[in-house]
Amino acid sequence: MRFFSNETHFDFLGWRFISLSASWAIILAGVVAYFVMGGFNYGIDFTGGTLVQVKLPNAGDIKAIRQTLSNGGIQGFALQSFGNPGADEYLVSLAKADEGTSVTGKTPAAQVEEVLKAHYPDMDVRRVESVGPKVGTELKDSAYESIVFSLIALLIYIWIRFEWRYSIGAIVATAHDVLIVLAAFVFTQREVSLTVVAAVLTVAGYSVNDTIVIFDRIREYTRKFRKRDVKDTFNDSINHTLSRTVLTSGTTLLVVLAIFLFGGQIINDFAFGMLIGVMIGTYSSIFVAAPVVYMLQQRFPPKLR
Amino acid sequence: MGLKIRGIFLLALLAGCIVMILPTIQAYRPGGNPSAIRNKVNLGLDLQGGMYLDLAVDTHAAVTQVEDRLAQEIEDAFLDKLIDYVSVERQGAAVDVVLPPSETVDWNAAPFERMLTGFTLHQVEPHHYRITMPDAEAKRIQQDATKQAVEVIRNRIDSLGVSEPSIQRKGESEIIVQLPGLRDRQQAIQTIGTQAVLAFYLVEDNVTPETMDPNKDVVKYEEQTDETTGQVIRRIPYVLEKRPVLTGDTVSDARVQISSLDNTPYVSITFNSLGTDRFARITTRSQGRRLAIVLDNKVQSAPVIREPITGGQAQISGRFTLKEATKLAIVLRSGALPAPLTIREERSVGASLGEDSIRQGLLSFIAGALLVMIFMIIYYKVSGVFANVALTLNVLLILVALASFQATLTLPGIAGIVLTMGMAVDANVLIFERIREELDLGKNARAAVNEGFQRAFWTIFDSNLTTLFAGLALLLFGTGPIRGFAVTLSIGILSSMFTAIFVTRFLYDVVYLNRRRLAEVSI
Repeated sequence: MRFFSNETHFDFLGWRFISLSASWAIILAGVVAYFVMGGFNYGIDFTGGTLVQVKLPNAGDIKAIRQTLSNGGIQGFALQSFGNPGADEYLVSLAKADEGTSVTGKTPAAQVEEVLKAHYPDMDVRRVESVGPKVGTELKDSAYESIVFSLIALLIYIWIRFEWRYSIGAIVATAHDVLIVLAAFVFTQREVSLTVVAAVLTVAGYSVNDTIVIFDRIREYTRKFRKRDVKDTFNDSINHTLSRTVLTSGTTLLVVLAIFLFGGQIINDFAFGMLIGVMIGTYSSIFVAAPVVYMLQQRFPPKLR
Repeated sequence: MGLKIRGIFLLALLAGCIVMILPTIQAYRPGGNPSAIRNKVNLGLDLQGGMYLDLAVDTHAAVTQVEDRLAQEIEDAFLDKLIDYVSVERQGAAVDVVLPPSETVDWNAAPFERMLTGFTLHQVEPHHYRITMPDAEAKRIQQDATKQAVEVIRNRIDSLGVSEPSIQRKGESEIIVQLPGLRDRQQAIQTIGTQAVLAFYLVEDNVTPETMDPNKDVVKYEEQTDETTGQVIRRIPYVLEKRPVLTGDTVSDARVQISSLDNTPYVSITFNSLGTDRFARITTRSQGRRLAIVLDNKVQSAPVIREPITGGQAQISGRFTLKEATKLAIVLRSGALPAPLTIREERSVGASLGEDSIRQGLLSFIAGALLVMIFMIIYYKVSGVFANVALTLNVLLILVALASFQATLTLPGIAGIVLTMGMAVDANVLIFERIREELDLGKNARAAVNEGFQRAFWTIFDSNLTTLFAGLALLLFGTGPIRGFAVTLSIGILSSMFTAIFVTRFLYDVVYLNRRRLAEVSI
């Protein structure tokens, strides 16, 4: 079975202005949305705070639960239903201002539990997470460190592996993918937690794969067909690797879809980031990485040996 | 390498894998007992339920306590030796001693010489001395405080009945506590965190907080809580002599008892010989006065001393529930924490959510595996089957690696395994597409397969390496469940390079290329 006939002849490079403009438009929209919508919806991993996930069978209206919590003296909380409708699960989140909770006093989570337990005896505490502001800052720092570390490692590797025009193409494409995944989190206001950082990094690492496959072929054809027009060489390379570009991403997309659909709420944001990232990564290998290298070659033609 | 050697190697590997994975299967089969079996894949707290605590030890307070104690010892010695003094007080990180002009102290004589070992004495003014602690000494106390806190917490947790607790020191002043399968979070937090500094003070009768002399006396409160809401409804002040007559480090044992009078629980404590002696002296000397029992700066009760107690036993009664009394007995037995603790981070997962996560993780694993495998067979026929064999071995290798490194499988870790399944077949896709290309050019099966594997190798290597960078970065900087993801992703990428290339190549050689007449490759 084959998805693509042996010889596709798409003029990918001919579409470069449209594709690059579209990418710019999405990234710009993301930047605008970032400022309009007030940035990322950071989870407590980064902001610090307390989160209590409870199952309250037959609790009825969410307003009633909110009232129960206020009456019980809980202040400054946010309440939302969690998971599938009808799951009777709720998320109580509390921002925490002070550094750390003294262990001797009652933790904010314990207060929430007590208030709810008094009204809903068959309550089930599913999850409690509490992050002090200091830890939140530390986690944010280590997230930035890991992003910087892996991007630098990627950069150095690509730089060694390919000549500089290709390196820039691959790096631009990777940055493009990371930015668009981040934009997707701004648009949807999905929570940015530690697992999302993991997704972004994995996307950065994985999206280079397709790019390398295409670059390898461009290099091979450039050596093989010296006389041929550069644009044709690029287009041929992309066309000849088209099926594997689509297939490799396709199999990865299948498993990511499985995680997205069946993996549950806790890793749903991670799966969402991967889903967007794998798709965009494939697109960018063809429509961003290769055109950037092509344009660099036009501007700075390599010396013929 | 010869076909036979490769075959034997693969068989040995497979056998080894199966042997290594057996403990895991045994541990998690229905009715199995995971905690009794070693060398298995451990489930993370997010899968089996439990509590993760990152605690900060206030090591600064440990230093202050040492200085407070020094101030007290000096003051005691002054009283004993009838040395007149204006004040002995801790000021920040130093102890200031002010004497009247008529008085002199020989600091090099007993008992001061012993007290001041490890400290530095400066004379600020003729009759004003300042005792400071060298930085190295302060640092040692801080380090010891954390170590000691770990020991105290370990003792207390042993009494909570958690099957596989883990208590680790992290850095200078942090302690990571992991309690899998924990049920009562609140009790655990309080048992771990109660500082349990116990002290006995004589109550100043006929003195009110307004009329007391702050140099001699101190006010501490008894808190009365509402039995249903647990809120503090009343704070009763007690004026106490500033210096405790006895402290908790002389307690050798503490047990819960039930009073035969009104069936309420109380805690019976037993003193060691030093404590027994002192307690006997105090109760003899101060008959008729009230003795306040103060735990972590809160007055528990203040009974009247009716007769001398020489048996070395005392009772702490308050309005305890049985649970509270049990907790108190535990913390008194395990000794006081050298410094207060604060919770930096808590992550707790209920058993029900853990079970759901396992189910959802398995479901996405099975769905992902089926989707990929069915696709590979439809798209690449027999070659697809080869890829699937390699894929199965890959998953097995990841599990074996987890078991042999004693690594922990988390929910993101499962996602990492599912993800590597999708990425592992990428290598096969690259190889198979190349083989198809070579076949299209009219090459024979052997040449096409050879070219396919050779040409694709560096591409596979490159592309896997970049993903591995991401995995390693997460491994270096990630925490908790994310590490689990980084571990399975990194292992999966490494092992998939082996399985996707070595194993599928072997299968090609056995099935197609080992014959006299070359068959057509099903791809």
